[in-house]
Amino acid sequence: MKKNLTCIVCPLGCLLEVEQEGNEVVSVEGNGCKRGRDYAVTECTNPQRVITTTVRTQDGYIIPVKTDKAIPKSMIFECMRDINSLCPDGQNGYTVGDILCRNILGTDANVVVCADVRKV
Amino acid sequence: MRNVDLVIIGGGPAGMCAAVSAYNAGVENILILERDSHLGGILQQCIHNGFGLHRYKEELTGPEYAFRCEAELRKLPVEVQCNTMVTDISPEKMITAMSSERGIEKIGAKAIILAMGCRERSKGALNIPGTRPSGIFSAGTAQKYVNMMGYMPGKNVVILGSGDIGLIMARRMTLEGARVHAVCEVMPYSGGLARNIQQCLNDFDIPLYLSHTVTEIHGEHRIEGVTISEVDEKMKPIQGTERFIECDTLLLSVGLIPENELSRSAGLNLDSVTKGCFVDQNRETEIEGVFACGNVLHVHDLADFVSEEGEIAGESAALYIRNELKKSMHVPVVTDGKIRYSVPQIVTDNTKNIRLYYRAGAVFSDVKVNVLADGVVVNSVKKKKLVPGEMQYIELKANSVSENTAEIKVCIDKE
Ligand SMILES: Cc1cc2nc3c(=O)[nH]c(=O)nc-3n(C[C@H](O)[C@H](O)[C@H](O)COP(=O)(O)OP(=O)(O)OC[C@H]3O[C@@H](n4cnc5c(N)ncnc54)[C@H](O)[C@@H]3O)c2cc1C
Ligand code: SF4
Repeated sequence: MKKNLTCIVCPLGCLLEVEQEGNEVVSVEGNGCKRGRDYAVTECTNPQRVITTTVRTQDGYIIPVKTDKAIPKSMIFECMRDINSLCPDGQNGYTVGDILCRNILGTDANVVVCADVRKV
Repeated sequence: MRNVDLVIIGGGPAGMCAAVSAYNAGVENILILERDSHLGGILQQCIHNGFGLHRYKEELTGPEYAFRCEAELRKLPVEVQCNTMVTDISPEKMITAMSSERGIEKIGAKAIILAMGCRERSKGALNIPGTRPSGIFSAGTAQKYVNMMGYMPGKNVVILGSGDIGLIMARRMTLEGARVHAVCEVMPYSGGLARNIQQCLNDFDIPLYLSHTVTEIHGEHRIEGVTISEVDEKMKPIQGTERFIECDTLLLSVGLIPENELSRSAGLNLDSVTKGCFVDQNRETEIEGVFACGNVLHVHDLADFVSEEGEIAGESAALYIRNELKKSMHVPVVTDGKIRYSVPQIVTDNTKNIRLYYRAGAVFSDVKVNVLADGVVVNSVKKKKLVPGEMQYIELKANSVSENTAEIKVCIDKE
């Protein structure tokens, strides 16, 4: 079976033509680089996305966060629910890379802070 | 009155990167003026990822990209003054700035870099018949509400315009529990990146209606719905295609426009296509010693290119201050219309390779992009696909043109 995918790994957004036999990807065309092939294979077998969102801290700051790895696409909303229930209390503010939640939902991804927040 | 060697107006990635490169090129006395309370510019509200792949070889979110730029900057003795709004620039490079801390202040500069970014277009989009209830936001304002204030503007959303901010907001609001019923795009193609169509719309089964627009807004106090219609090639709504969609929120994502009030006050002319200043390869404007970079010059889709342009402007400003900026010619760069514009618009020296950044005016497949010097092809690149949403560049190789060249042209040819 052939299908078309848009590679989302970089802004070039190459149009990929993927040929699949059952669950196995047998060929990928149209990819501008090697990462496009890897993307096509995961996308056809176990699609994954990085989540970027915000968290409200106990003292009312809104801070940007992300998962430091892609998580299975099917778990996006479950993951959002868990992230939204985080209510961190960083006594000394927050620094880029601070981990707010380890191994969220057993995905092996951590929820990390994306901006410096210094309390005033 | 203070005197500074280089004043940079705007502390987004363009301004920050310009400061770092100017310092590294030998300018010691640099001042950044930023009206917001923090550096970072628009990146602070762009919490999605997709930044920095070229520059940092990894995928960062907007705030992380800004953090990297700021970390490089803070290592250097560059003065940063936030909460300061520049209200005027004179052609003699006298700056008027306003802050609650210092009041109104005059600053004289040997060189100025304009890095004020852009803002959203809004007015034109509201030529829609119907009422003017609450619940209508520009996509960027909604982005600020959700990402910086933690406030959701609504639960049932229609988005008009498929530029990147609209697409990003479709996903963002969906993640936070809203239903996005439709994204309408009046053009037959989206102005956003293909990856954003995939990961922001297709991932969540949000329908994108191309050649469609909102033809009526319903609701008294709060918006209750919109009528959308298909449009013909002349962008006129086609009778009989109307459809009602219930919603409590309408986001307008109808494009960005460089913020050039200051440039105008300095007496600079604006390019009618880019809505930014005319610059040469050094990013020097028509006023000597005044440079421009980033979204204030032309709207960029990638922060990486913004940083690169900031660096060019910073380095050029350093050369200008030392009186070493080379100018040996004055050759205009024009385009053929299929290519909407290119930056720089003027070449004043060609001893080095120059990247000509351009944007296509429509979608083109399997074409050649050529650079002509007085009709002779001096560079040519094959392109599988060109879309208006993606800025591209082609090189004008060193010594391709001379002071006798009348015109450089960037154009599209069939393969
Ligand atoms: C919604 C959105 C999504 C994007 N998504 C991506 C993406 O996924 N990947 C990517 O690589 N790029 C993306 N970009 C593009 C990139 O982020 C921007 O092009 C870039 O950040 C622009 O930088 P800048 O420094 O030119 O402008 P800005 O970041 O807008 O900075 C301009 C600064 O100037 C200040 N200023 C303006 N006027 C004055 C004045 N009179 N006095 C003092 N200060 C002033 C402003 O406060 C602001 O801080 C996106 C852009 C937007 C808007
Ligand atoms: S295939 Fe490579 S070049 Fe093309 S979009 Fe994917 S990552 Fe980018």
